[in-house]
Amino acid sequence: MSEFLQQLLNGLSLGAIYALIALGYTMVYGVLRFINFAHSDVFMVGAFIGYYLGKLVPENTVWGGLVVLLAAMIGCAVLGMVIERLAYRPLRGAATLNVLITAIGVSLLLEYSGQVFFGATPRTFPAVFPSSNYSFGSLVISSNQILVIVVAALLMVALQLIVYRTKIGTAMRAVSLNPKAAQLVGVNNDVVISFTFGLGSALAGAGGILYALNYPSIDPLMGVMPGLKAFVAAVLGGIGNIPGAALGGLLLGTVETFVNGSQWSTYKDAIAFAILIIILLFRPAGLLGKFTVEKV
Amino acid sequence: MKSLPRLRHLATLAAASLLSLTARAADTIKVGEFACLTGKDATFGQSQHKGILLALEELNAAGGVLGRKLEVISEDNQSKSGESATVAKKLLSRDKVIAILGEVTSGRTLEVAPLAQSAKIPLIASGATNPAVTQKGDYVFRVCFIDDFQGTVMAKFALTDLKAKKVATLTSVSSAYSVGLAKYFKETFVAGGGTVVAEQKFSEGDKDFRAQLTAIKAANVDAIFIPGYYTEAALVARQARSLGLTMPLFGGDGWESEKLLEIGGEALNGSYYSTHFTPENKEPAVATFVKKFKARWKNETPDAYAALGYDALYILVDAIKRSGVTAGPKLRDAIAATRNFSGASGITTLDKDRNASKPATIIAVKGGKLQFHKTVAP
Repeated sequence: MSEFLQQLLNGLSLGAIYALIALGYTMVYGVLRFINFAHSDVFMVGAFIGYYLGKLVPENTVWGGLVVLLAAMIGCAVLGMVIERLAYRPLRGAATLNVLITAIGVSLLLEYSGQVFFGATPRTFPAVFPSSNYSFGSLVISSNQILVIVVAALLMVALQLIVYRTKIGTAMRAVSLNPKAAQLVGVNNDVVISFTFGLGSALAGAGGILYALNYPSIDPLMGVMPGLKAFVAAVLGGIGNIPGAALGGLLLGTVETFVNGSQWSTYKDAIAFAILIIILLFRPAGLLGKFTVEKV
Repeated sequence: MKSLPRLRHLATLAAASLLSLTARAADTIKVGEFACLTGKDATFGQSQHKGILLALEELNAAGGVLGRKLEVISEDNQSKSGESATVAKKLLSRDKVIAILGEVTSGRTLEVAPLAQSAKIPLIASGATNPAVTQKGDYVFRVCFIDDFQGTVMAKFALTDLKAKKVATLTSVSSAYSVGLAKYFKETFVAGGGTVVAEQKFSEGDKDFRAQLTAIKAANVDAIFIPGYYTEAALVARQARSLGLTMPLFGGDGWESEKLLEIGGEALNGSYYSTHFTPENKEPAVATFVKKFKARWKNETPDAYAALGYDALYILVDAIKRSGVTAGPKLRDAIAATRNFSGASGITTLDKDRNASKPATIIAVKGGKLQFHKTVAP
């Protein structure tokens, strides 16, 4: 029983990171109807911003850690908006496939220029937050795991508030529903899309820091696997749906952890993805996604 | 019209200089090296490379071999599978190297071994310990011990030094080295009266081991054997300690890296691993090497792979000297006939399977430092 609870805890803290990255995928998809493959590399840049800043702030302090977290989020938000401005905005109105291929191009550009600027050798991420372990009976949880779950939960609630309770959130939903109609009623689509990218990328930046805190070996290709998993999580939950992305991330992280702890751990990814296929067979729009019929 | 003769003159000059360039290039003996200079296992490749460069500079300063200078052409495989075959093909077909040196990991050496064998170009592996490597053909050699031996050493160490009866193994299923070492360890450990109660697995590049470690915790073991490379071993150590696992962790020569302690930190205290070399060895050849290496590379202490890389080039050159040729079966036979070669990593003698049999050194991590624990003779 205690093993089960421990695995659940491990799974939730892994899933919370997937969920944070998945939110970025889902938000951009919700507004623009395309998958921003460069998202997982923004996540990597977030970790590297943390790496360089982490050397400047005193180690093992809460405020130092928060400064690093905030700086990585801001840095990634700016990067996300710059990517959107330079690579995606000129293609607005072009076929989705063109934008998709551009996204793959941006992703590779970030990965390989990352190897040039940061070097391809893995770096050891500094301990920016103080860390300790708490045990409840035989259950052990580290402060970093708690941090991941708490920060992820806070950011998700904040995101939900922004999307449903603010003016810019209303504009985002309007653009998502019908970009042309939104423009007609006075929404500046470019600003809204730029904001969406900034917000999504900030979440990826936070995800990068939280990931690096738990797995302190970072390299320019570190975003590839978590990015893929988060993408799957977003589809699993229903792409374009914010609570769905969170649910998908937590589910995928938990399933992966349970398989990993069993004797079938070699088939970890195969089993996780098989579950994805089965869920999509029964719910083609994902767990929380709405299946909409295309009107002719 | 006046410019024409000058042009012709220029053309002859250019042709002449081109000729002399090719002539000079043909003068050097080209040796290929492939290494993981960047990526996940970068310190392996960097160490091997520094060792080889040091040997190269020494050999050329002493006049080269057979009256010709040596040239080493290095290629990086970025620690990725698949890359090694590509760079080896380039070394073999475009650079026409007379031999290839490398690599530290078995998986990537196994990619190159069949290519070198079919081209009949000798391949001398520095740190590839999986037995399958030299079984690829009679042109494949290695200057290190093999995992049958290393697995046995660590199994006996666990039984006698750690007094462990029940252990768990955490194996990387996508690494030939890890799978092989785990197998040989288990054979001896079980034969010696121990039991392997949990066999957990992961894949190269994984970063989360909490699930496997939680399962190991439930199995209640005396020690955990981690036959992986340093990045994974260090992350496993951190996560094991954060889950409250306090038993000793131990592994093989894949842990040998300056990055091990940097990533793992205090979590590694009370861990042990086996390797090929210790700078504390007082043998004259080893001590001289440590001194020369420190002088050449900004006071950096050499690790096992620097010593093995250094020896690999010296053993090749020794064979060239003895055979008087730089290619063909005569060179192959000369390398295979290496006996009692005294080098940076100790005495190297190649057996009939082209493997070196050498003592293993066990290193202990205590108080955040690496300490020599003991040496086990083959």
